[in-house]
Amino acid sequence: MLEEAAPEWLSEEVKTGTTIIGIEYDGGVVLGSDSRVSAGETVVNRVMNKLSPLHDKIYCALSGSAADAQTMAEIVNYQLDVHSIEIGEDPQVRSAATLVRNISYKYREELSAHLIVAGWDRRNGGQVFATMKGLLTRQPFAVGGSGSSYVYGFVDAEYRRGMSKQECQQFVVNTLSLAMNRDGSSGGVAYIVTIDEHGTEEKVILGNQLPTFFDQ
Amino acid sequence: CYCHCECYSKPKGFFYVCIIYLLAIKVGCSVPAARKTGTTICGVVFKDGVVLGADTRATEGMIVADKNCSKIHYISPNIYCCGAGTAADTEMTTQLISSNLELHSLSTGRLPRVATANRMLKQMLFRYQGYIGAALVLGGVDCNGPHLYSIYPHGSTDKLPYVTMGSGSLAAMAVFEDRYKPDMEEDAAKQLVRDAIAAGIFNDLGSGSNIDLCVITKSKVNYIRPHDEANKKGVRTGDYKYKRGTTGVLTKAVTPIDLELLEESVQTMDTS
Repeated sequence: MLEEAAPEWLSEEVKTGTTIIGIEYDGGVVLGSDSRVSAGETVVNRVMNKLSPLHDKIYCALSGSAADAQTMAEIVNYQLDVHSIEIGEDPQVRSAATLVRNISYKYREELSAHLIVAGWDRRNGGQVFATMKGLLTRQPFAVGGSGSSYVYGFVDAEYRRGMSKQECQQFVVNTLSLAMNRDGSSGGVAYIVTIDEHGTEEKVILGNQLPTFFDQ
Repeated sequence: CYCHCECYSKPKGFFYVCIIYLLAIKVGCSVPAARKTGTTICGVVFKDGVVLGADTRATEGMIVADKNCSKIHYISPNIYCCGAGTAADTEMTTQLISSNLELHSLSTGRLPRVATANRMLKQMLFRYQGYIGAALVLGGVDCNGPHLYSIYPHGSTDKLPYVTMGSGSLAAMAVFEDRYKPDMEEDAAKQLVRDAIAAGIFNDLGSGSNIDLCVITKSKVNYIRPHDEANKKGVRTGDYKYKRGTTGVLTKAVTPIDLELLEESVQTMDTS
């Protein structure tokens, strides 16, 4: 490289490439993500946990620009702490999603990050919200990130209403595995977070333990 | 301005620098590139603390501006930070956060935490949307143990057991991915960091010269500069000077010039 000694990642923004997915079941939600962070063609972190806690029972999945997504998650984490002290109880998932949506919408021209907010609250049980570019919509499941394009067909075909917790977790793991195989910006390990009335369970599934499909 | 054009005749000074810069671009001269630190920097967490390492070459375009610059900056007694990218940006950013952290530490009455330094740095870099070209490796030991962060110019951070940054980061990361083990001893960690920086120095054009190390543990900080002089300048073995008398002298005329010595000062040239 005689013409350019400066590495591309100094000029390229660090993106989380990514595949993220959130799905609700009766009694809770399951959030899943891959772990690859890229800057241009270089992988700068192969084990990043993109499932960021906003509150005890509310998590968000990060995608898009790493700096924008991390900053949004940290700001909303702070705002939710204040809000939950003000109301004197655990915040609703809709409140968390609204705070994320307010930032996404106000700075929609400057930011390029998409957060999927999911969690459990007493009033409405498990909920998943998508907040891209400033919209707020509750969905039974949501996928996001560059890898999601490759698995829309799979999730649309395989999703059924009324799946159990184990079935949801398997669904998430299968989706992540398929997306990570096809998307260059997704890879590494899979992180799964299951949130329900009793608590939050975080799990890591290493590369060699991911489900394999016909071509492996 | 590194070109021969009429801008030399214009009066120089702080105010005129911008005008000369724009003139130079219009005339077609190559403008001086900002001094970057090319660089290989890395850090590793071991059993008792962290080891930070850096090379010592600073480049201005394709020319080495400083053969022995210091890239490991002080943040607080227990926290140090390596900087890659634009040298001025890393220098000023680390100094600013170091100053704010000292005030914060006096206000809390406690030793500062690495996570605090990380938050301050990332919030500042995000505010400037990547225009401050500072890519940092932040490491230190606080009440919660040893911590290591990598911080990117746009404001994203990663908390990892081993990190590399700079143009030589890929070479250094190859060494880490091969030989890193959790809970290493201090000597093994120092050797690993030394080898990672050496990989960057010898395989990347933007990195070179010596290897600096900084070992931070709960009780002490060991700033080793240089740890390894991997590129010591050689001593000339021969001389092209001709002996007096090689050329025959036909005539000689000596005219003494009377000068009064007003002031004498000696300035040594950096020939290292």
